[in-house]
Amino acid sequence: MDWVSTKATKYADVPYEEKLRLFLEVKNDPRYEDYLYGCYECGICVSACPSARFYDYSPRVIAQTMAREDVDRFYEIMVEDIWNCAQCFSCVRCPRQNNPGGLVTLIREVAVRNGLKEARDVLQGYSRVIYKVMLKGNQVSPDMLQPDFFPDWGPWVREFSANMDVWRQAIPADTMRGVTDAAWRTDEKTLRELYTIWFETNNIDIVREVDEGLYELLLDVMEEVLEEEEVA
Amino acid sequence: MSAGFVPVEEILDRKSRPVLRDPREAPTHDLREELFELEAKGELIVMRVPEPYVEVTTKFGRKKKIPIEHTWHHKSCGQCGHIPGYSASIFWLHRQFGLDFLDPTDQTSCTGWNYYASATSNAVAQLAVMSRNFAAAYETGYFPLIHCGTSYGHYKEAREQLIHHKEMRDEVRRILDKLGKPLVVPEEIVHYSEWVHVMRHRIAERKVIDMSHLTACVHPACHYYKIVVEDAIYDPDIYGAQRTATVTGLLTALDINVADYSTWFDCCGFGFRHVLVQRDFTRSFAVLRKIEVMKNEVDPDMVVTHDTGCVTTLDKSQFAAKAHNRKVGVPVLSDAQVAAMAMGAHPFRVLQLHWHSTDWRPLMEKLGIDWQRYWEEFQEDLDAIRRGEKPGLTWEDADQPIVTVA
Repeated sequence: MDWVSTKATKYADVPYEEKLRLFLEVKNDPRYEDYLYGCYECGICVSACPSARFYDYSPRVIAQTMAREDVDRFYEIMVEDIWNCAQCFSCVRCPRQNNPGGLVTLIREVAVRNGLKEARDVLQGYSRVIYKVMLKGNQVSPDMLQPDFFPDWGPWVREFSANMDVWRQAIPADTMRGVTDAAWRTDEKTLRELYTIWFETNNIDIVREVDEGLYELLLDVMEEVLEEEEVA
Repeated sequence: MSAGFVPVEEILDRKSRPVLRDPREAPTHDLREELFELEAKGELIVMRVPEPYVEVTTKFGRKKKIPIEHTWHHKSCGQCGHIPGYSASIFWLHRQFGLDFLDPTDQTSCTGWNYYASATSNAVAQLAVMSRNFAAAYETGYFPLIHCGTSYGHYKEAREQLIHHKEMRDEVRRILDKLGKPLVVPEEIVHYSEWVHVMRHRIAERKVIDMSHLTACVHPACHYYKIVVEDAIYDPDIYGAQRTATVTGLLTALDINVADYSTWFDCCGFGFRHVLVQRDFTRSFAVLRKIEVMKNEVDPDMVVTHDTGCVTTLDKSQFAAKAHNRKVGVPVLSDAQVAAMAMGAHPFRVLQLHWHSTDWRPLMEKLGIDWQRYWEEFQEDLDAIRRGEKPGLTWEDADQPIVTVA
């Protein structure tokens, strides 16, 4: 690509070469060609997009920017827009079969992998969820339902919190009954296999870019579990 | 007026007719053919849908096999963790029909919720998590039935990536080799609501609660029918095959009046990350674009949907909106819970309604269900557990349908 934007940009302090490097990291993802075919500017994606109704956000702009390879605008999107997407994929009703939501996923991955400050800021309150999914293989668990964290979910959260153990015992399914720190009872062998996947795919290193402390914690627990298996 | 002008009457006429699609003219390749080709090359194993199964029509007219039993239940973390009556209802229905199924402990979630929320993963990791679960199912001989709409959508997309990207396939196979597992892909990716759909007439035959005076709005789950669209069920007899047939098919079979509303295509506002840490968006969208629209246009007795995030979002977002005098107050249930309720499932031992935020009591009362009696019964269960007389509820406590309607 030899085209360089000459217009004033919002993030002029970031070298164009750096923006280009990030852009190419997205573009070189093997899924990229499945997600972008060009754009009619018809706006059908925008009309379906929930985030477009509440934020200054447009899936059309994302498809357009990527199709035009507008590197400066791409960087703005990466810093300001991508975390607004609800990942519902209503935008895939695109008549050109574009997948703006998929493009957002790719851009987010690159933002996280490169430890962009904006990505770290957005995910600051999210660490406990990452902790849970990495260690337990479950996204959410009953013990996350605390009244201080979910006051807007109604008074039942307080009631649940006070009765969590007994309410969980009162579920007839064997795999759920009594389990509070995960959504269901998972075999130790299953979790060891999951940890192996996180290591083999370098997924654990991605967490380091978001939260160094969390990374160290996860590493300690997972390595210990996997070492125990080796000893056994 | 251009030569291509189509009068609005003609458009309305077209829309009023069922859509009948010829699978030979489908705009996409049939992924299953590519799967079988890869199997013939020794690249992977295709897990066949066990008999008995029912064939249904999907978006582009192709047939899809939905297994009735011998299913491996790929549970949903959001359902099991925060709406346990959702999962319990699916299992309860299987038990009522005496169907063979497995509720495994050798299962992780798809981890897709985190992936869509935070992107703290990558494509190969996601494919490996899926493939590990499918291999675990294969080892048991039971066929995966996927409870979560996001897992279902995520796995459909992951299956496409696995088929179309050799480098990803090779990498996943390397990881599975390390785990001592084969690379297995099911012949069909099946969502539990598709099972409910093909079972709907059998469910209706066992109905003990009259629901014919109810009006419901359906919220179709985005990740069910918007991701890899050709795998969702469409039936000419339901919305003329212009919308997915799941959920609506069940409610119609139960004689419930399904009322249309103008924002049915909109998502619920879940947002993955938003519902946990940026809920102003989630609450606003759920209330302003879904619940309040339903109230204004239809005033339904309930909203019925078929995914973890949708039940969570639509149910939990209504409480705070009351403080702003918004028009809310519509109970939200999954199709599995409605099916189980129709067949007499206990409102608390099975449906676990006490985990729901929006008031479900008016719905119970409209159905003539003496919920207070069952609540007292459930409180006795809890007291017995607290006293140590009972380690917990079992299916023996929950299998028996309730029979008394006031």
